[in-house]
Amino acid sequence: MARSVKLWPAIASLLVALMLEVLPLPEMLNSWRPPFLTLVLIYWCMMWPSKIGIITAFFSGLALDILCGSLLGENALALSLVAFLTSRFYLQIRIFPLLQLSASVFALLTISSFVSFWIDGIAGLPSTGYSRAFPVITGTLLWPFVMGLMDRLRYIAENRKSSLF
Amino acid sequence: MARSTTEHDPGLFRGSSAGLRFALIAVLCVTLMVLDQENKHLVEIRKGLSFIVQPIVYVVSAPSSASDWLFDTLSSREALQEENARLQEQQLIMSGLLQTYSALKAENNRLRALLDSTEKLSDKVLIAEIVAIDMTPFRQSVLINKGSFDGVQVGEALIDAQGVVGQVTRDRQVSAEALLITDADHAIPIELLRNRLRSIAVGTGEIDNLSLPFLPRNADIIEGDLLISSGLGDTFPAGYPVAIVSSVRSNPGQAFLEINAKPIALLNRIREVLVVKTQKPLAGLTPAADTAKPPTTTAEADE
Repeated sequence: MARSVKLWPAIASLLVALMLEVLPLPEMLNSWRPPFLTLVLIYWCMMWPSKIGIITAFFSGLALDILCGSLLGENALALSLVAFLTSRFYLQIRIFPLLQLSASVFALLTISSFVSFWIDGIAGLPSTGYSRAFPVITGTLLWPFVMGLMDRLRYIAENRKSSLF
Repeated sequence: MARSTTEHDPGLFRGSSAGLRFALIAVLCVTLMVLDQENKHLVEIRKGLSFIVQPIVYVVSAPSSASDWLFDTLSSREALQEENARLQEQQLIMSGLLQTYSALKAENNRLRALLDSTEKLSDKVLIAEIVAIDMTPFRQSVLINKGSFDGVQVGEALIDAQGVVGQVTRDRQVSAEALLITDADHAIPIELLRNRLRSIAVGTGEIDNLSLPFLPRNADIIEGDLLISSGLGDTFPAGYPVAIVSSVRSNPGQAFLEINAKPIALLNRIREVLVVKTQKPLAGLTPAADTAKPPTTTAEADE
């Protein structure tokens, strides 16, 4: 039996991302808030596709819906779709150089943003125009940093001999 | 499940099952959304789930609470004395004003009795604080730190020291979500203080702007008019200041005036709010309550 990799880095980083999603920001920056949860989820779906997948995405999306008062299932659906696509194409995405990887992340974020845009439209929320694109841009720009941080976390988790965690 | 992901990945042959799982979850999500849209089928489920995520709320708002606490603890004696003196002075002025107010109120109730109208009930309030977390970016909503355990109910109005803030839309156990009056989905029945002209102020989605889309071009409204809540619709108590008219534009091509108003409450700066628990008069005993229901634009004195 190969050493079993613990799940704590994924769960901890998802929790932190969830907190960052509701962290109070100044009014100006609020519409530019990067989709932390989506980014972290993309990373883990790509790196640990056998552990983190659609189910995790669903529950973290549900938690986000409850936390920020949106329609129950809205973020859950968007995140599940992202997780599904990532775990479908992780073999291709994972070996991309950073630039192409960022482009894929951009595509995934765009898809997820469109899903919530459509849902908001059906639910009767007013359209907010271009500000929907802001989180996609900041999210893509933030991706290399998220990835670096998560890589380090994963390295620690996968190479730790003692099972302290 | 705990397998290392180094060489062979089981995910490669899992395509169809992942697709199936996604389809099921998508159906589940859509069902949840459809049920949640009406805001009544999933109320209990939402409450239960919000109890689970409450620790996250505490953690996220902890820095802000801690800085408040630090500020309180570390403020100097002089500052506290100064604040104390200022508050005492304010208290004196307020209680002075309140004396005349209670006399006026008694007089008003006597007059209402003469008119065979029901006695006006005073409102009970509950002090709540706004929790420092950001809700969804496309809505104007806030979280307050009092919930159903404290007696907060859906539909209760929120005011601050200046004016109307919003209303409670969802109660959790120890917190409640509230929609601000400037949310694009929100509308509040108002009347002009000057001539009791009634209308509805609709939120625009901008934090400092309300619009009054239902006033005809010959309506008597000018810049600087004070809008107060009219109490129609039974959600907001009557007589609280809501907004000041900031611009009135008459467009010859349109039947209605284009009116903008600026909310009086400092919606993006408030920390403390009052939850107003309106005491509703008993249903059978109020002849005036029925006639007050349909919103008409003519000013009739039934309050």
